[in-house]
Amino acid sequence: MRNTWAIYRKELKSYFASPIAYLLMAAFALIFGYFFYAATAIFVTRGMESQMMGRGMPMDMNEWVIRPLLMNVSVIALFLIPMITMRLFAEEKRSGTIELLMTSPVRDVEIIAGKWLAAETLLASILGISALNLIFLFIHGQPDWRPILIGYLGLLLQGGALLAIGAFISTTTRNQIIAGGATFAACLLLWILDWVSSYETAAWAKVMTYLSVVTHFEPFSKGILDTKDVVFYLSVIFLGLFLTARSMESLRWRA
Amino acid sequence: MIKVDGLTKRYARTVAVDDISFEVEKGRIVGFLGPNGAGKTTTMRVLTCFLPPTRGGVEVGGFDVLKQPLEVKRRIGYLPETPPLYPEMEVTEYLNFVASLKRIPKAETRQRVDQAIERCSLGEVRNLLQSKLSKGYRQRVGLAQAIIHNPDVLVLDEPTAGLDPKQILETRQLIKNLAGDHTIILSTHILPEVEQTCEQVIIINKGKLVAKDTVDNLTRRLRGSEAVAVEVEGRDGPLDAGEVRQRLEQVPGVSRVLAKAGGQNRCSFEVESLQGRSIRAEMARAVVEAGWNLTELRPVAFSLEEIFLQLTASEEPAAAGGEK
Repeated sequence: MRNTWAIYRKELKSYFASPIAYLLMAAFALIFGYFFYAATAIFVTRGMESQMMGRGMPMDMNEWVIRPLLMNVSVIALFLIPMITMRLFAEEKRSGTIELLMTSPVRDVEIIAGKWLAAETLLASILGISALNLIFLFIHGQPDWRPILIGYLGLLLQGGALLAIGAFISTTTRNQIIAGGATFAACLLLWILDWVSSYETAAWAKVMTYLSVVTHFEPFSKGILDTKDVVFYLSVIFLGLFLTARSMESLRWRA
Repeated sequence: MIKVDGLTKRYARTVAVDDISFEVEKGRIVGFLGPNGAGKTTTMRVLTCFLPPTRGGVEVGGFDVLKQPLEVKRRIGYLPETPPLYPEMEVTEYLNFVASLKRIPKAETRQRVDQAIERCSLGEVRNLLQSKLSKGYRQRVGLAQAIIHNPDVLVLDEPTAGLDPKQILETRQLIKNLAGDHTIILSTHILPEVEQTCEQVIIINKGKLVAKDTVDNLTRRLRGSEAVAVEVEGRDGPLDAGEVRQRLEQVPGVSRVLAKAGGQNRCSFEVESLQGRSIRAEMARAVVEAGWNLTELRPVAFSLEEIFLQLTASEEPAAAGGEK
């Protein structure tokens, strides 16, 4: 436990001591700010239009602003994840510090857990920036906060799953660029897998759709907490970390 | 303390270490000597549980590296070829991190870190970022990292590589100071280093064990005899070099006397003994009894360089044959 904590702190420190964390936060703040502006602008315009047409029904802020925003964030996250995970193991392998970790009385699991938790924490703090924008919605309206929380939970689960995959990919190389590129490809693939569902209904298409991270995120964006989606993400996280552990072990054998 | 029995490490296509066996007793400093690519680093990595052996048993402190790696790791401090530093960490912070990796209790951490800093003379740089450290300091931080948990065994992979002469001397001194409490294995391809720091030498070449012995024994074994430098001074009046030489030749066990240099009333010789004979005591008596002053009497070591070349050269055909 203490080892995991030590590695967790070390990882966080190296994220925040280098420009990576701030760069990602700034980029995300900018992009999210833009989406936020667009979403609220559309919301306001539509709202005024429907009032002029005499429909008295107030528009649902959760449905019109927050849901599309969360969907957008889940896509932006796909781009952030490779940048978070690419250095996790590749950098240690390149600089030789992996020898320190692997010759210390620490279990591989503890190392992996510490690193993954740190990556997840960084992702959470990046996503946290978007919450600042959402405060405005609470100042000027009354959105329901429960679906928002569920949406963020979904983002963290989806992110966690991709981070686990990224961590695995990072153990396979000592080159950060390769780790980042491969992780990006994997993220993108897991995102677009569900596209087949638009024209194909065969069993294989269903499987592919099921494997897409987006399929499982949609309910979260609507504020629906479905066990089967949670289970999906948790199993991907487990699988990813399991592969990471195997890969670390094979480092010893292959060297 | 360390027991290696028939260790073989095979990579995909090459055999890095081929059937090596040796034992190291507690408290010894052992030099691991060999040219680049001989398998030194691989052997050390197996000892430190970084790599598993392909075949053979390796025990550290009575624990098997395959069966109880955590116990072995707890007892080993390891300085890899490149010190494993994190550039974004300060020295103290880094040592704190390592302390928790090595499972040092929280209450002791501070004291242990201070101790390591003191032993490796890192006081001046303790608050510097590691990316700002010079090569010598990086090496010393690496050493501090290895000794912080007071391990029974220290494994140092080329601890003096890339240092300037002054730093090399300091590092050697540091290693010697550590010797009392720790069993130390250090690898190097620099021969004088072994002569100066180690009590025991293990020579490997192309993955095979070439020799293992104490430095003195190796020297003796190869030459089979002892060489002594002698300087003699006349007590009153000038000295006749020929007479001295004659006298030395009469000492029992002496096989050859070579005149080295002569002066007004002093002359020096290099005397070689017969196989397996010790001649220093006899020679000293002979000189003094003849009424001269013995100003120098020093064994001339066969340099490891010669030993090494001799050993690796003779082994070469065999090793080449074995690889096929």
